[in-house]
Parts: sequence; structure tokens; C-alpha cells
Amino acid sequence: MTHYIIRRLLFAVPTLIAISFILFALLDLAPNDPTGQLPLTIPAEAREQIRESLGLGEAFHIRYAKWMEQFFVNEPLNLIERAFGVEIGASEERLRVRSWATRSPVVDLIIERLPQTLWVVGLSYLIGILIAIPIGIVSAYRQYSWFDQLGTFVSMIGFSVPTFFTGLLAIIVFSVTLQWLPSIYDTTHRVTDLSSFWVQIKQMAMPVMVLALFNAAQISRFMRAAVLDNLTQDYVRTARAKGLRERIVLFIHVLRNSLIPVVTLIALGIPTVFGGAIITEKIFRVNGIGELLITAIQGADIPLVQTLSFLFAVLIVIFNLIADVLYGILDPRIRYG
Amino acid sequence: MSRAAGRSPVLSVRELCTRFRIQGGGLVHAVNGISFDLHAGELLGVVGESGSGKSVTMLSLLKLLPMPPAEIASGQALLDGEDLLALNPARLRHVRGAKVGFIFQDPMASLNPVLSVGYQLTEPLRLHLGLGRRAARRRAAALLEGVGIPAAESRLGDFPHQFSGGMRQRVMIAMALACDPKVLIADEPTTALDATIQAQILDLLQRLRRERGMAIVWITHDLGVVAGLADRVMVMYGGQAVERADVRSLYARPQHPYTRSLLRALPKLEGGSSGERLASIPGQPPTLVQAPDACSFAPRCAHAFARCRAENPALAPVTEGHEVACWYDADAGVPRAA
Repeated sequence: MTHYIIRRLLFAVPTLIAISFILFALLDLAPNDPTGQLPLTIPAEAREQIRESLGLGEAFHIRYAKWMEQFFVNEPLNLIERAFGVEIGASEERLRVRSWATRSPVVDLIIERLPQTLWVVGLSYLIGILIAIPIGIVSAYRQYSWFDQLGTFVSMIGFSVPTFFTGLLAIIVFSVTLQWLPSIYDTTHRVTDLSSFWVQIKQMAMPVMVLALFNAAQISRFMRAAVLDNLTQDYVRTARAKGLRERIVLFIHVLRNSLIPVVTLIALGIPTVFGGAIITEKIFRVNGIGELLITAIQGADIPLVQTLSFLFAVLIVIFNLIADVLYGILDPRIRYG
Repeated sequence: MSRAAGRSPVLSVRELCTRFRIQGGGLVHAVNGISFDLHAGELLGVVGESGSGKSVTMLSLLKLLPMPPAEIASGQALLDGEDLLALNPARLRHVRGAKVGFIFQDPMASLNPVLSVGYQLTEPLRLHLGLGRRAARRRAAALLEGVGIPAAESRLGDFPHQFSGGMRQRVMIAMALACDPKVLIADEPTTALDATIQAQILDLLQRLRRERGMAIVWITHDLGVVAGLADRVMVMYGGQAVERADVRSLYARPQHPYTRSLLRALPKLEGGSSGERLASIPGQPPTLVQAPDACSFAPRCAHAFARCRAENPALAPVTEGHEVACWYDADAGVPRAA
């Protein structure tokens, strides 16, 4: 297994280099100008100086190499320094990837936005999973029962109705009409005691539920299909022929087998949690990563877009590996040499 | 009959009827009034082509069929004076695996791929015999040893995919025998195996039968296997028993036209030139969408006459221990007297 992981990590290097080059080149080729949004009264030579100061005067391959150095060497070093409070080399002189729009380091922006995203999107993913798995099991075990029909109906809605619709619907019902929940997520809110904790719960409720419905719809369908697939297998009949209780047949024999594909699906979905939910964050004004990305794209803040996109690529590669390793742990038939 | 006469049977099945409800409201009459007795130490061969109801009959006894769509319409199955078909689910679970063991056809699919062989083998031991973890493992190792798996102790932690097909069937046998059942039902246990492994498994089960004196129901479509193995044979067609006899009597004087056709369809070692085609039975097996009110073999039978299409024959003795359900007297070559 260790060998396999090392080999996969080594294979990830050329993959990531290719991705980084494509991302960097694509966005660099995009016709845009960091000074395009500045007032027209600024003379051309000043604009040129601004571009120079942003490092745009250099050749494409130099800028790409510098960006790579910043992403893979400088920023990890900064993070280590920040985490352990040590200083490695001349940390002040290290070049950082900076946002064109705010001039602040991209990594700092991401660290600032990450907690909101993880709380809202991550929690919705977790809740989605916790709802979906039992529903999937019961729906499959009692196929075509009223519970299964209801589950099918609800997941069809959760699956096909976009979050910008369910989100707005939730705002109209719970914020406008009932006035139970705030429609805007307040990032500056700090949890200090029980009552402020309650406020936090209330402001998280809607975005979390809207996203959880969407996630649960997807995963419960998948879980149902996996359980149904296994319930008709011969080994289930063998388990019953041994005199085992239905509960044990279902939760030990069938569940273990059914979880294999579902766990893989869940692991592969985790990078999207870090990616945030752009639309939901926009609707509820959760200023998380998704919000950050969409603002960066609209403002042509190329370094921020490049760095965020590449970060997602790294996460996807890592979680693909994690999914494969989990698969090997859950399914004894798969052994990686 | 000879050696079982006088003793009461271990398992006694009477007039078992199993149906399947199909979509659109129709019924499939899979098993229609099957009766048989099984005595201790006896091996009953159940033969018939695919869809004749062999497996459904046996699975019905322990309600191992998916219900719905299957339903047991009527019948009785007495094991130790207890009617299996009338037991509640909890009581039935105490019979499954404890008093009646099951071996299934496909050892590749019949073991759980993600649980270790040791775990699957200790499950019935802990459940029915109440053994502790360690005692169950010891017993499991002994069981594997008993079915001829070398280094049994060290293989308990292995998973089914680490065993060959024949070895997996041995594991299945060990599992079915774990709690010393009185009755073992083997549903085509050698069909999925190649000929050498098949012979080994047959030997193994014969030995275990002698050692433990349990009764075995052997479901197969291989008449050759039955000839070498069974004490008595039940031939099934269209969900009914059409002939029931001691194995010698059946092969020496087959009565039912269906049994005769089956035996004729067997390839022969000597005689018969190599270019000769094997005999086959014309027509298709019945669809069973209607309850049988006539002989279900009549459409394919060379001897069928008016009565066969109007009345369903019941099993009736022709000689001691030999029963046949047919309106035609095969020995005399004339219809039986009404």
C-alpha cells in the first residue's frame, strides 16, 4: 500500500505540472488588462509602470516559473512559518502571489475566506451524507414502499431544482414571510456564548439546508442503487440461510458491500466542498471561497483565479488518491502492489 | 425404501405449493403439490430441467425466496414434528443453519466478498451454538480441516477471492455443516465446478454423510451424478413430482415418458457411433402461468392421449417404492386402466 501511494504521488507530479501550465497559459492568454478598470485620466506611461510593478513586463515563461516557485516553495514556507512561529530564511523578501485587485497576498485572502466555506458548505456536505445514507438503505430495503416513493420524489426535486431557486424560496418563506431566519450571513459574527451560538446556527440554517438537500438527493440515490444491487446477490441468501437476523444481514453483509462505491463518491466530492458553492454563497452572502472566486473572475484578478483554480486541481488529485486508497481498504479484492 | 422403512422421516413435506406473483397481476405456479419424505442418512436426488421447480421447492421450505413476489400457497413441511411453513420468522431463524444447512450452486457468488472466511464461518457457530469468539474460531478451523482445506487455521483470515472455486465450495460446505444440521440441502453444488473438482466434492459429501448420518437433498440436472450418489430419486417436471423411486429401480425401469426421454438424452460411452446425434425432447417446458389441470408434459409426450390433456395424473405406485404420475403404462405400452 505504501508503495502504491508513493507511486501515485510521483505520478501526480507531471499531472499537476501539466494542469498548472494549462491553467496559467489559458488565463494569461485571456485578453484583459489589470489597469482596465482604472480611471481613463491615468496616462499611458503610468499604466505601463503599474503593469511593470505587477511583474507583467517579463516574458511568459519567466512569469510562469515565478508563479510556480511562489505556489510550491514560497507560500508553503509562509504557511509553515505561520503555523509554527519560526522563521526560515529571509521571509520578508520572498515573493508572494498577489491579487491585482486588492494587492494583498492571495493565500491570505483564501485563509480569510476558508472558515466560512468550510462551516457552511462542509457542514451541508456532512449533513447531506448523514441524511442520505439511512434514506438510501431504507428506500432500497423497502423498495416501492411509500417511504421509497417519497424519497424518490424528494430527491428528484433536490436533484433537479437548482440551489438558486430553493435558496430564494427558503429566503421568501423563512426570512420574508415567517421572519425566523436572517437572509444574510454575517461573517463578522463571533460565537462567544450560548446566545451568539444560537444566532450562528440561525444564520447558517438556510444555506446549509439548501445545500444539504442537494447533496443528500444525489448521495441517497446512489446509496439506494448500491444497496439494491447487493440485496439480490447470492451471498445475502447464504447469510439468511445461516439463520442470521435481518438486521445483521442488512447492516453487516449488505452495508459493507454497498458502502464501497458510495465512500468513493463521497471522497471524490470533498474537493467541491473546498471549492465552495458559488451560487449558494452568492445568494446568502456567505463570503466564502466561491464568492471570492466569482468576484475574482468578474474583476479579471488573474493571479487569484489562477491560484484558486490550481488549488482545486491539487485537491482533486489528492482526493482521487484518497478515494482509491479507501477503495482498497474497504474492498479486500483490491490490493495495490 | 428398503433401509428407511419403518422409521419416521426427518423431514416430511406434504402438498407444497409455491407461486410467484408477477407484474400485471398474473401468477406463476412454480411448485404444485410436492410431497416427499426424507429419512436420516438418506440421500434424495431431485432431478429435472431448469425451471422445473427443484430449487424453489427447497428454498420454500426455509422461506429463502424473495417474498413477495413468492408466496407459499399451501403445504406442510414437518421437521421434528414442527411445521416449518407455519413458524414465525424468529423460530424459523433457529432452524436455518442449525437444523437445515444449505449449499448453493455458485460458490463464487454465495460467499460475501468483503468478510473473511473465518468470520462467515463463525457466524452460525456463535449464533446457534452460542460459542465465544475463540471457541468459534477453533471450531471453524476444525470444520475447514474436515472439508479438506490444508493449513485451515491460517486461512481463517483470508477472503473468499483468495480461494479457488473448489475451495470456496468446500468453505460453503463447512459453513452449511457448522452446526451439525439434520438435513443438508445441496442446490446443484457441483454445477459451477469442473469435472475433477466435482468428483472431489462428491466424495467429500459422501464421506461426511457417512460420518454424520445426516439426510441430504441433492438438487441437480445431472442424472449421472444422481445414479452414483442417491438412494432415492424424485423427478420433477413443471413444478410437480412426476416419478419417485429407488435409484436402481428408476434407472432399471423408468416409468414416466419424461424420465425415459431424459435418460435417452444422456450421451453413452459405448455403443452408438460417434456421428450419432443425442436424443432430445421436442418442445418447450411449460410456462406455469396456469395451475395444472392436465398433465403438464402432455404437449411434449409421444404417448399422450385424450385423458392426458383433460386430467392431471397423481403419483401412484407401480411397484414397491416406485411411483409415477402418468396415465400411460410404459411397460405394457397401453393406457393405464382407469
